[in-house]
Amino acid sequence: MHRALFTLAFAALMAGAAPVRAGGDDLRWLQRTGFGVDAAAVQSLQRLGPSRYLDAQLGPEQPLPASVQAQIDAMPISSTGIAALFAQADTLKAAIDAAQSDADKQAAKKAHGAFEQDVLQQAMQRNLLRAIHSPDPLRQKLVWFWFNHFNVFSGKNNGRLLIPDYEENAIRPYALGRFRDLVMATLKHPAMLVYLDNAQNAAGKLNENYARELMELHTLGVDGGYTQADVQALARILTGVSVNLRGEARPRAAMQPGYLHEGAFEFIPRRHDWGDKVLLGQTIKGTGFDEVETAVTLLCRQPATARHISQQLATYLLGSPADPQLVARMTETFQRSDGDIAATVRVLFRSPQARSAPPFYTDPYRYVVSALRQGYDGQTLGNVQPAINWLNQQGEPLYGRLTPDGYPLDGDAWASDGQMVKRFEVARAIAGGRAPLAPSSTPTPSYQWRFAQSAGVQTRNVLDRATSPTEWNLLWLSAPEMNHD
Amino acid sequence: MTDPVRRRLLQGLGAGLLAGSLPARLWAAPAAAPRLLLVFLRGAYDATSVLVPYRSDDYYRLRPNIAIATPDTDNPAAALQLDDQWGLHPALQDSLYPLWQAGELAFVPFAGTDDTSRSHFETQDRIEAGLPDTASLASRSGFLGRLSRVLQTTPGIAFTAALPAVFAGGDRIPNLALRDAATAPFDPRQSALLADLYRGHPLEDRVRAGLEMRQDVARMLAGDMQAASRGAASSAAFEQQARRMATLMRDQYRLGFVDVGGWDTHVNQGGAQGQLANLLGNLGRGLAAFRDELGAPAWRDTVVVVVSEFGRTFRENGNRGTDHGHGTVYWVMGGSVRGGRIAGRQIALSEATLFQNRDYPVLNEYRSVLGGVLKPHYRLNDRQLAAVFPGASPLDLKLL
Repeated sequence: MHRALFTLAFAALMAGAAPVRAGGDDLRWLQRTGFGVDAAAVQSLQRLGPSRYLDAQLGPEQPLPASVQAQIDAMPISSTGIAALFAQADTLKAAIDAAQSDADKQAAKKAHGAFEQDVLQQAMQRNLLRAIHSPDPLRQKLVWFWFNHFNVFSGKNNGRLLIPDYEENAIRPYALGRFRDLVMATLKHPAMLVYLDNAQNAAGKLNENYARELMELHTLGVDGGYTQADVQALARILTGVSVNLRGEARPRAAMQPGYLHEGAFEFIPRRHDWGDKVLLGQTIKGTGFDEVETAVTLLCRQPATARHISQQLATYLLGSPADPQLVARMTETFQRSDGDIAATVRVLFRSPQARSAPPFYTDPYRYVVSALRQGYDGQTLGNVQPAINWLNQQGEPLYGRLTPDGYPLDGDAWASDGQMVKRFEVARAIAGGRAPLAPSSTPTPSYQWRFAQSAGVQTRNVLDRATSPTEWNLLWLSAPEMNHD
Repeated sequence: MTDPVRRRLLQGLGAGLLAGSLPARLWAAPAAAPRLLLVFLRGAYDATSVLVPYRSDDYYRLRPNIAIATPDTDNPAAALQLDDQWGLHPALQDSLYPLWQAGELAFVPFAGTDDTSRSHFETQDRIEAGLPDTASLASRSGFLGRLSRVLQTTPGIAFTAALPAVFAGGDRIPNLALRDAATAPFDPRQSALLADLYRGHPLEDRVRAGLEMRQDVARMLAGDMQAASRGAASSAAFEQQARRMATLMRDQYRLGFVDVGGWDTHVNQGGAQGQLANLLGNLGRGLAAFRDELGAPAWRDTVVVVVSEFGRTFRENGNRGTDHGHGTVYWVMGGSVRGGRIAGRQIALSEATLFQNRDYPVLNEYRSVLGGVLKPHYRLNDRQLAAVFPGASPLDLKLL
């Protein structure tokens, strides 16, 4: 009886859906270029074919739906720069110091904490609104990938006030651009300089933290052939690369030759080690910030960097272990194009492996965004807070990775016993529709389409045993087909 | 089989929870199987601040802002004297110092790996793998995973949200984020439906074991939490977590793993007080709570080993912090540990004896040290030990 009921409901929904000609192979390819499948992506793929669809995904950013853009525009972080955020935080901090009674002090502390948390929440909402609604899911996916590659943690120092600008201005504009630009943008951003302590790195007071991760994680990779002496040389090159969070140039520092100041980034010549350095066997003369530009170019052009980045991209997009031949072809393109990210990713999605690589378990971010993209299928979500919570519950909070290595890219890292059960709990929350996400939680055409295209016999048999539509949703959202790309 | 918790568990299984899908050995821990808890301090804690080389003039000269004062019973910020060379960080005074005095805690300085990458991630992976330095890490096998296979009837558990590399290759090791553990999320009917979705799938075992464990652990902890609420334990997260770990390891599991992060103190590390002192205080209280909750009989056959990927620089850096180093200090504690002493090969610390003019040398290689603990603890023969730490020779530090 239940079976008949649900089948009928689906038939009705399917009747309203776009005619679908794409096969299961296309479904997997589409999932891998984006987040799940939604009606707009299916139609777009049918209209353009895979090659032009991919070009569009790799091309200039396409506009968000107007109502989503309006939500983002209305966020205070969209019109408040770093210096202004710090000015507001400073005012709230001054109120803590000025408070007379313990109760007032507590209240002022709470207000300050709430302000910083609200700034971070806005960034989370902006990120998820884009990921769920953008017609460029591949770009949004790579924004997540690059943030994770150049990871910073919201819980350290002023992280909450710096991360919205970091994602918006250091990561997003370069997600499909040139790799060296991405490295330089993160290098000059206070979120990175504070997180990896380079803001304090000065001649005679060397701090190696950022120099090491810049080579180990961001460019060459741990087996990239550098030594402890290279770490120290790069740390010396990076001395004086610092931050100025309040925005105004420091008058005395500004008098020094070589002083630089752009937004919250500052190069302080007095703190720089002006001696010559030897990095990866190449002598770099002590010339100030130019040394940093030279060193970054040197790092970005190393074959080890091309290999490391290609390997990471392939692991994230097609699962682990990455196909060595594909990685070799991506590496070759990365080097030949001087680090053109879009060209490198194009090689990946034009390869046969983009369709044939075995299904892999998706991380929580891809899972939640995919479920919502196809579950709400073009309807605008008024409130993405539940999605933020689901990421927290699954151990992959936005901006919440403590260590600079970022979250694991390998799907298996998310599929332990405990994580599988947690995933089912999140599936139930999405399925229940109790979360105030959007006007309706009725299964949508693309949700149905993915079901029709991919659900195996075993899954269909289990779904037939569901005793309510909510339970059917829970089971379908928990099924292997919905948890693998 | 008189243990009420285990009886309840068996009844639950008998009622056909997820009929017959669970490997029997998970439930058949012999009452006498010794326990091992491995605590991994991720981020490389500053061992020089825990085991303070207070005889070294260079220590005070090279750490002008963050050194711990030489032992002095009138100074609460001073190191606690352990012997004529070493002192203990004062943040551990109420938690672990009593264990030292009771002879249940030993330290192994100059411990670590021969890996000199000074990379957190590579060195952590290497230690968790426990393979020779020349071995590829691609085999995805961890030393606790191999130990669990060797021991067969000694169930393991990771108290972490994700399964750590150290348990990779193990025989069905469950993992559990303890903040989730209090209630079972799905009833038996829904659990069965969910498990059936993965019938024949490579993830099937994980799904079944995960669902069943949540039901069973929820039952075990329900009784425990009621009993413990009298004590109104501190809300410090690790302490509460450690109590839950103890409950589960007392009754059900024998090999445990937990990690604690936040130790990468490049800036403003602090001295007797501050960032590192707070972390140590929490850790010490958690470990003391673990012992307390486990109870004296279980503590007698329990060993807790605290490790970290490497030590930190002997000199403080320009930011009153420390950078990545090499050798570190391992902690070994337990009811039958021959503690109250500093074990293993040692040298007098001075600027001249530093490794690469920077940090501690490694004189006690971690696989040898851990092998030397595991061998007597689990009565492993040479073949079994070679399966856990291939190519390593155990270093008998007479810790057990």
